[in-house]
Amino acid sequence: MSEPVIESRGLRKVYGGTTAVHDLTLTVGRGEVFGFLGPNGAGKTTSMKMLLGLVRPTAGAARVLGAGVGDVKARAGIGFLPEHCRFHDWLTGRELLTFHGRLYGMRAEALAARIDELLVRVEMDDDADRRLHEYSKGMRQRIGLAQALLNEPKLVFLDEPTSGLDPMGVLLVRDLIRELRAKGTAVFLNSHLLSEVEVTCDRVAFVRRGRVVRELVLAGDGGRVDVEIKVAPISAPLLEGLARLGTNVRHEEGIVRLQVDGEDRIAEITRFLVERGAAVYRIAGRRESLESMFLELMEGEGAA
Amino acid sequence: MIRAALIVAALTFHEARRRRLLWVVLILGGAFLLCFGTGLHFIAAEIRSQAHRGPAGADKMALNFIVMAALYAVNFLIVMVSVLVPIETLSGEIASGAIETLATKPVPRGAIVIGKWLGCWGLIAMYVALLAGGVLLVSRVVGRFTPPGIGIGLPLMLLEAGVLLTISMAAGTRLAGLSNGATAFGLYGLAFLGGWIEQAGTILGNAAARYIGILASLLVPSESLWQLAAYHMQHPLMRDLQMTPFSPASVPSPSMVGWACAHIVVVLAFTVRLFGRRDL
Repeated sequence: MSEPVIESRGLRKVYGGTTAVHDLTLTVGRGEVFGFLGPNGAGKTTSMKMLLGLVRPTAGAARVLGAGVGDVKARAGIGFLPEHCRFHDWLTGRELLTFHGRLYGMRAEALAARIDELLVRVEMDDDADRRLHEYSKGMRQRIGLAQALLNEPKLVFLDEPTSGLDPMGVLLVRDLIRELRAKGTAVFLNSHLLSEVEVTCDRVAFVRRGRVVRELVLAGDGGRVDVEIKVAPISAPLLEGLARLGTNVRHEEGIVRLQVDGEDRIAEITRFLVERGAAVYRIAGRRESLESMFLELMEGEGAA
Repeated sequence: MIRAALIVAALTFHEARRRRLLWVVLILGGAFLLCFGTGLHFIAAEIRSQAHRGPAGADKMALNFIVMAALYAVNFLIVMVSVLVPIETLSGEIASGAIETLATKPVPRGAIVIGKWLGCWGLIAMYVALLAGGVLLVSRVVGRFTPPGIGIGLPLMLLEAGVLLTISMAAGTRLAGLSNGATAFGLYGLAFLGGWIEQAGTILGNAAARYIGILASLLVPSESLWQLAAYHMQHPLMRDLQMTPFSPASVPSPSMVGWACAHIVVVLAFTVRLFGRRDL
């Protein structure tokens, strides 16, 4: 993994007798788009707030941009879009950006230019001088995104960034995340929208009851893949060999199905079958959807 | 730190303007001064017409009493404003979540507290200048009278506002708006009652009652500051003979001013610590 921008070990948060986060252990690399998934009440927002220094951990340790959580200097490299975009709604969009930019210590001229650039980027230049309380939810989200990007951050925390956005807005967020990745900015994305995460993230962590129950690489060839092979003859040694390359091997009507970790395995399977002299009529891999994996993991945890 | 605090203080001013707080204060303050000026016009005329019947200087003392009554009303309004203005600014932003984006900026949390305190205190100073200054101006123009000791009295009223503002902000770091207001007013009530117990204890010569009052003043020095201000802004004869309800039988020690300043510093430092350690 590239140089980490977030490293947390055993972060824990207890409110009274309730444990909101049991053990947050994760690493996010520079320029990585990291999805943080989990059902309501899984401790996602508390985890994010601990990493942002808004909530004090009960136990554990974390470093963000190479400094301890909450380090004032490190915050200069962090952007944050909160859930529900709760801002001073008596300000205009431009005033809000100016105020936050000044808190970043940006000089007036550079700040004004950056604000103009961002307003155009989030398509809010026509509404920048209206007050926030006049904005729709989607417009607040767009201004919130601009606010999170003011300082050209090295790490951006986005809490449900597509909530309330129309399809065009969702596409805008997707493009912005891609641009950030291209610039080497890491994105910590907290979202309920699995399809959104699947499209934008390099890696995801599934959280359940304040614990990361699984991490999964989505970018490149990583991730779990369902493989379907039409092959003959199907023999016990062939099935045993396939079981060494994947899991959940089963066959029916001349079709063998199994699951493998990453698309690289498909090449290995093809080589194995050819070396055994089997006739391969068709071989296809299909990445397991995040949604089915999410449901499986959460149900599994629920049953446990 | 200072730069960030000033940015936050400017935001507090901007908020007061945008939320029409300044307009409300100006309009109602104007109404207050108009009412006082009109009343004083007739009262002053009546006092002067009867001045020859009483001893020399009695007309001035009568005018002093009227001005003190107006300043007492101003003091009450200052108390209300000092408690209410900071309620929304800190506990309100914590409750709404608006504080989260501020607290993730590269500024110490202490700068947010100090900035909000400075902004609120600036607003209250403007309020004091408008109302108390207005009362004195009206008194000068309409009644042709200026009470003594205003150079001491007005800063003491501003200091009293600072004490209550700081308490309200401290409560706002942990309590929601309504509870915050109830706490600050409750502490003010304690100091107010303590002040009267101290006066009664002094008049009756009961040391225990007097000490209870002093203890309450040490806990919240607001009422002592008003009594000291009132003492200085009255004609010496009026205050020495305790001719008005604004003449304290037990004059607070000047060291109470030092204590009030220390009180503000300590409570503000405590507020910074409370806010710095709380989860947002």
